[in-house]
Amino acid sequence: MTTELKEWPLWEIFIRSKQGLEHKHCGSLHAADARQALEMARDVYTRRQEGVSIWVLPSSAITASNPDEKGELFDPAADKIYRHPTFYEIPDAVGHM
Amino acid sequence: MSAAVDYLLHLADNALVLGQRNAEWCGHGPILEEDIAQSNVSLDLIGQARMLYQLVATLKGGDVTEDKLAYFRDTHEFRNYTLLELPHHGPLSAYAGSSLDYGTTIVRNFLYSALMALLWEALEKSANADLAAIAAKSVKEVRYHLRHSRDWLVRLGDGTDESHARSQASLDHLFPYTQEFWAHSPAEAAAVEAGIGVDLNTLKADWDAIVDAALAEATLQRPAAGGYVTEGKKGVHSEHLGFLLAEMQSLARAHPQGVW
Repeated sequence: MTTELKEWPLWEIFIRSKQGLEHKHCGSLHAADARQALEMARDVYTRRQEGVSIWVLPSSAITASNPDEKGELFDPAADKIYRHPTFYEIPDAVGHM
Repeated sequence: MSAAVDYLLHLADNALVLGQRNAEWCGHGPILEEDIAQSNVSLDLIGQARMLYQLVATLKGGDVTEDKLAYFRDTHEFRNYTLLELPHHGPLSAYAGSSLDYGTTIVRNFLYSALMALLWEALEKSANADLAAIAAKSVKEVRYHLRHSRDWLVRLGDGTDESHARSQASLDHLFPYTQEFWAHSPAEAAAVEAGIGVDLNTLKADWDAIVDAALAEATLQRPAAGGYVTEGKKGVHSEHLGFLLAEMQSLARAHPQGVW
């Protein structure tokens, strides 16, 4: 059985800026298909010269962590500061890391 | 110089009138994304018009400015194609009203953008270096307008029964107005003679190819273009241009010295 969509599906938009190396999530929009989502992303998200490359992907393809499980997922990392590489002394010769 | 001025005004008026017409969608688009897209198209067109009016103002000298050309000329002084001033819906009887029809908008943008993609490309070789530079900038913009309108033409034509019927009706209504593209005007002939302009009939085969390929993909029938050939580019306009200009010009005329 197929359900008829009342609205166009949602797409997540990723833009790579002129200086950037990676595509960054910048928002979402409704479009009938991927090609149309690209065209619309061009008009909605790059009209102020924000980008030189666009990715779109269906929002439904994203599997997200459950906000209710935030405690068990993320809180245990809070008191493990030794996992941060902040206790090393860096020789001057190495310079900025 | 006069040949250049008349020709540049024709190109500028085309861009301004369609830019103003399409701006009617601002805040009223069928969906948010299209509202923004159509406003982008308008801003591109108005930007093209500004560059062309500035060039005309430089050529004419004196106290001519881009604003005077845009806001203080009357209907018969505008040189745009009649196609571009028509409202966003089909023909109506005298007192009837109609809401904006996106199919009409898309079909018109497609027919005009297909022409301008070819014309701006050819004008990059214009003997007028300023016009050639404007063409080089505009051709990128219009290629996107063509891509956008062609995409929607195919979606509407090859869409539902209703979208197919409505886009075919828009095409039947608007197609005869494209005859004006191929009819010579004295201004165009003089510009071609001077090496500034391009003879559109040299582009017709390419325009036909773009249109026919898109219509085939959209499952739409190309109407026979016949009957009255409009003469907007000679200053003989439909009743619709006056209303469009009234809305566009009223603010500048009420506050002639107004600045931002």
